[in-house]
Amino acid sequence: MEKLLAINKLSVDFTLRESTLRAVNKVSLSLDRGERLGIVGESGAGKSVLGFSIINLISKPGRIAEGSVIFQGEEISAYSYEQMRRVRGDRISMIFQDPMMTLNPVLTIGEQMRESLKAHMEVSTAQANEICLEKLRKVYIPSPEKRLEQYPHEFSGGMRQRIIIAISLLTNPAMIIADEPTTALDVTIQAEIMELLLELCETEQMGLILITHDLAVVSQVTQRIAVMYAGTIVELGRTEDIITHPQHPYTIGLLGALPQRAGSSGRLNQIPGVMPGLARIPRGCPFKNRCSLAAEICATKPHLRKSSSGSEAACHMVGTEQSTAA
Amino acid sequence: MFAFTVRRVAQAVLVMLIISLIGFSIKHNFGDPVRELVGERVTPQERQQIRDQLGLNDPFMVQYGRFLKSAVHGDLGRSFFFKKPVTEVILAKAPATLELVFCASLIVILLSVPLGIYSAIHPRRLLSRLIMGVSIVGVSMPVFLTAILLIYIFSVELGWLPSFGRGETVQLFGFWDSGLLTRDGLRHLLMPSVALSSIMLPLFIRLIRSEMMEVLETEYVKFAWAKGLRPRRVWYVHAFKNTLLPVITVGGVQLGIMVAFTILTETVFQWQGMGSMFIESVERADTALMVSYIVVVGFIFVVVNTLVDLIYGLVNPTVRIAGRK
Ligand SMILES: Nc1ncnc2c1ncn2[C@@H]1O[C@H](COP(=O)(O)OP(=O)(O)OP(=O)(O)O)[C@@H](O)[C@H]1O
Ligand SMILES: [Mg+2]
Repeated sequence: MEKLLAINKLSVDFTLRESTLRAVNKVSLSLDRGERLGIVGESGAGKSVLGFSIINLISKPGRIAEGSVIFQGEEISAYSYEQMRRVRGDRISMIFQDPMMTLNPVLTIGEQMRESLKAHMEVSTAQANEICLEKLRKVYIPSPEKRLEQYPHEFSGGMRQRIIIAISLLTNPAMIIADEPTTALDVTIQAEIMELLLELCETEQMGLILITHDLAVVSQVTQRIAVMYAGTIVELGRTEDIITHPQHPYTIGLLGALPQRAGSSGRLNQIPGVMPGLARIPRGCPFKNRCSLAAEICATKPHLRKSSSGSEAACHMVGTEQSTAA
Repeated sequence: MFAFTVRRVAQAVLVMLIISLIGFSIKHNFGDPVRELVGERVTPQERQQIRDQLGLNDPFMVQYGRFLKSAVHGDLGRSFFFKKPVTEVILAKAPATLELVFCASLIVILLSVPLGIYSAIHPRRLLSRLIMGVSIVGVSMPVFLTAILLIYIFSVELGWLPSFGRGETVQLFGFWDSGLLTRDGLRHLLMPSVALSSIMLPLFIRLIRSEMMEVLETEYVKFAWAKGLRPRRVWYVHAFKNTLLPVITVGGVQLGIMVAFTILTETVFQWQGMGSMFIESVERADTALMVSYIVVVGFIFVVVNTLVDLIYGLVNPTVRIAGRK
């Protein structure tokens, strides 16, 4: 398979007045052409920061402290501002969480679509309109000609997310980063949008990084999963391996916390405690304070290792006592 | 948009009615139209007779109705001091004040927009900190002090600019004495306009800056960056267009308030406008002139506000659509 994206030991720091917080800690990930990867984890795990750091769009005190991002064979993390701008929204598109907030309220849909094209290529307004209509049809927006003249407030949340997806498709990107694209929508519409996204990724051969809380969605859409905890990847592997045989105690807890799986064990298997703030992550294994298997060895930092299920897990216990506990 | 306009104009008329009622109450309680007509030297009997003839013993609302009727026809009474209809007096003084406010507004708008945008985009740069620092001084310095400082520096010490009066004016349309068309007139206009704008300019810079900084943090601006738009497009189209909405509402009101601030500026620069006329009319107890100043300034204020709201409606698609349906 052809490599689309490789993230190597990427760290993101937020430099605050007294301290420096590491929101993403030496994360390595890769994505093949047309592959779909899910990033799951609790709120504050660093999923969004990781997603934005790929196109170097981290909000203010944040910056990439170390590591590199290679995209289509080029080290885009070393790009100049202008070079990076040409990547954003062209070869890599983003879809945001809340479609009600993502579109500019004072610009028409047409303006917001055409400007995306004009930022990356020489097109006339008429040509741009043609491309916009084509993409709006792709996301099943009825009577798209009329839509171009309308403003965002004239659309429902589901329709807006379709339009945002159409915007992300305009330049035929090689990869889409979708940061919780359905969290803000009604349950019925969530499924529609996910289906649409999946269909488009398959037909257009686009890579997808899907950031979400929702393990059910991830298991339907993605081929691989990265589980994040406190800025690090604690488990990484094929979706079915991780869903059926989770290895890391955190992943097990996360899956156990899913209501659908509660039936088998008879009770909801909640992870005790909450994820510590970034300033209070323990040394060694970041999860050890909440882990039922924690032992002395957990004072040293575990690295991702191949486990018996096929996935990689960053846990000293995996492959030893883990096999009986799971 | 049409329904919106109608609604907005109706509101404006209502506000004008209230202002005129207040104005009339002042006149009714403090004014003495008999004195305005015949002076002080009449006997009490004669005075009573004249009052009856003039309808001054009629019920309040009847008199107010009469006042309103003549006001609509442009008759606001006679000035006791000038021995002329007040509308004539005000019309002669209005151009001086309006040109002053116009130039001050121009200064405010032309400077606050670029300075506000710059300090919002680059909040940490030295120039932004300088702008913010100077604007704090500007806000806290009273207008008359600014004016006196300006006169001291540019008229007394450097001798570059005249310190009082309007200079050479040109009459337009037969009634409008304009200082905008001669070099001398513009030289006279410069310092008063700067003094008048000195309060509003820092307020506007801060308003634009804080609104724009808020907008720059929104999701749609973040999305605009993620689309790979050029910075200029993100700042001036995505962010500034949304900054404009709150700035227009607050800013329009502030520009209207500037008409009232002219009283101070005009007094310091001996500017022969409505502001200094108002001060004189208070000193001379020229009630009719005083009240009509209030009504006229109120009128200007209401017109400005209505225009501001209509412009807001043009910029904001939500209002436009609501009006269209
Ligand atoms: N602007 C910022 N300033 C300081 N810290 C920040 C900032 N943005 C993010 N962080 C830190 O980075 C951490 C990760 O944030 P991130 O938004 O990536 O979490 P997430 O996994 O996407 O969570 P959610 O599921 O809630 O979206 C947070 O815990 C927060 O402390
Ligand atoms: Mg997030």
